[in-house]
Amino acid sequence: MTSVPLQPEQSLPTDWRDLFALTKPRVMSLVVFTGLCGLLAAPGTVHPVLGFAAVLCIALGAGAAGALNQWYEADLDAKMKRTASRPLPAGRMTRQTALHFGVGLAVFSVILMDLAANHLAAAILAASILFYVLVYTVWLKRRTAQNIVIGGAAGAFPPLIGWAAATGDISTLSVLLFAIIFLWTPPHFWALSLFVRTDYANAGVPMLPVVAGIESTRRHVLLYTLPMIAAAIAPWVLGLTGLVYGAASIALNAIFLVLAFGVFANKATESREMGPEKRLFAFSILYLFGLFAALVVDRWVFA
Amino acid sequence: MPQPEDEIFRKRQRERAKVTAILLGLFVVLMFAITIAKMTVNQ
Repeated sequence: MTSVPLQPEQSLPTDWRDLFALTKPRVMSLVVFTGLCGLLAAPGTVHPVLGFAAVLCIALGAGAAGALNQWYEADLDAKMKRTASRPLPAGRMTRQTALHFGVGLAVFSVILMDLAANHLAAAILAASILFYVLVYTVWLKRRTAQNIVIGGAAGAFPPLIGWAAATGDISTLSVLLFAIIFLWTPPHFWALSLFVRTDYANAGVPMLPVVAGIESTRRHVLLYTLPMIAAAIAPWVLGLTGLVYGAASIALNAIFLVLAFGVFANKATESREMGPEKRLFAFSILYLFGLFAALVVDRWVFA
Repeated sequence: MPQPEDEIFRKRQRERAKVTAILLGLFVVLMFAITIAKMTVNQ
């Protein structure tokens, strides 16, 4: 039997590593961490297996949302240096494969969450995937400079899901955890968008620095930092957490505020001179890890 | 004589089959563990 040469672009099976890359593993790590913290900070105890399954579902749901985001944004990703090597714009995968993978993973994660935890956690997980894909990716991202402000809600769901998986309901503290990430998203992404704004401008994405300018974005970073700080300190002020969280929160927020002032005061217009923006972006990730870690330590210390 | 493209095709098929088998195995173990955990919690 003679073998027929194959056409790689049309018939080669997608490499599993590319399917994994489609889930945005680095973004997933923060999502998993905040979801885990929501679960661990919730009152009561969770069976370790059910807790593990719930966190796994959060990770799979986030991966599904990431895959569907890349399926929809393949044309945008191809225009940006930062994303041009992703599986779809690089031509290593068909869009149909990405769509099937994303939808399948989303459905699987929601069903598994329902089986392992409860209806509420599954419903919030489904809502968060739909919000990220339909509201942020499809509706807002290409239309308004406020895309990050509203779309930030999508990334804020994990602690709420973790909490709901552990308790079966939603409480004031879980809503505050949602609010912290929701209000943290604008300064975090605007700091990034300042030093990669050329990429966004070339791709036609109406990020704030592209639409309103660099100076206005820097002012927005500082302004949006203030409600974020209020939300981050609120759990301690309201007596929902103890001194460990209170002290960590004050310290982390003080550093965030200083760095946000640094961004506000910076007059540079070239990306290579945007040290304060890069520092704020890098610290903002550490900030969220630190804040949520402090919450868990605090809840365990004072439990 | 197999073509180089055929080799790549088979290699990817084998790799994907292995990954799928491992994931299915882990899924079975997870479902089993969830069932036992739910029974324990409900007692």
